[in-house]
Amino acid sequence: MLKFGVPLALAALLGVFLFVGLQRDPSYVPSPLIGKQAPQFKLPSLQDPSYPVDSQELAGKTWVLNVWGTWCSGCREEHETLVAIAKTGTVPIIGLDWKDDSGAAQDWLRQLGNPYAVVASDPEGRVAIDWGVYGAPETFLIGPDGKVLFKHIAPMTLEVWTKEFLPRIQAANAGAAPAGG
Amino acid sequence: MNYMTLPYFSRFARTVLVALLVVFAVPALAIDTERAFDDPALQARYETIGRELRCLVCQNQTIADSNATLAQDLRREVREMIAAGKTDDEIRTFMVDRYGDFVLYKPRMTPINYLLWAAPVLLLLLGTFVGIRFIRKQAAQADADGPEAGQS
Repeated sequence: MLKFGVPLALAALLGVFLFVGLQRDPSYVPSPLIGKQAPQFKLPSLQDPSYPVDSQELAGKTWVLNVWGTWCSGCREEHETLVAIAKTGTVPIIGLDWKDDSGAAQDWLRQLGNPYAVVASDPEGRVAIDWGVYGAPETFLIGPDGKVLFKHIAPMTLEVWTKEFLPRIQAANAGAAPAGG
Repeated sequence: MNYMTLPYFSRFARTVLVALLVVFAVPALAIDTERAFDDPALQARYETIGRELRCLVCQNQTIADSNATLAQDLRREVREMIAAGKTDDEIRTFMVDRYGDFVLYKPRMTPINYLLWAAPVLLLLLGTFVGIRFIRKQAAQADADGPEAGQS
């Protein structure tokens, strides 16, 4: 019994590892930022370059950073979803317009609707590098303590929003609420 | 005849010529043609680091090999950090803090990586141990079965 049991168990274990390996997306790179303080940034606003978008003003809030660009087809794909999410008013969505033409970006928001509380313009992609962005669209969730709670790399869907973001937002807000409040 | 006016090359000369053409054609494939630094030592560091960092959009290329926008941006960061006097380790740490260990083509020696590197040796030792035990057991079995079986 033991003679066949042990090799069989080992083979099954290897099979499980290989099967899990097959399911994984090799292009997905886990972010080292999860659980760490979100990088600070201060960038000109897309709509009004004289107005700075400062991440420090979001301290104490739960918010979402969505990295997009008009050149990015996945961003076009997720745009309606973002607009729908923004309408629920759960958390402010801050846009990071990554390596984009600001004229094209403004046209895009005018035509497709603007889900963003504010859009920071990052034409040189420096803030995006600080956030470890490598492929738009990327969506980060930042907690009231300024820590990155979650990162989604791919177009946002209602399923991802409901399954991954909403429970974390509720937990973060519950933790931040004053005792008895 | 016209072609007779062309210079005549021996087979050897032709081979050499083709080889030279191939050699000189390779730099034309280089992405980052402009030198980043006048100082050859800094340029060498720049090139070495560029070859160690993965371009995450095109994962099987280094940032020195790729012309993706992200690779260009990361090269710019490396260039600026070298110019600012940062050490190679500081530059690597900068990249790992943002993109994780995956950004390094040459993995760091972290405890989990030690285990990975040691795994083949450990598995070989385990296999040898199991093999020896198995052979001993077989031999003992053969002895117990009687001298005839052991002689075969």
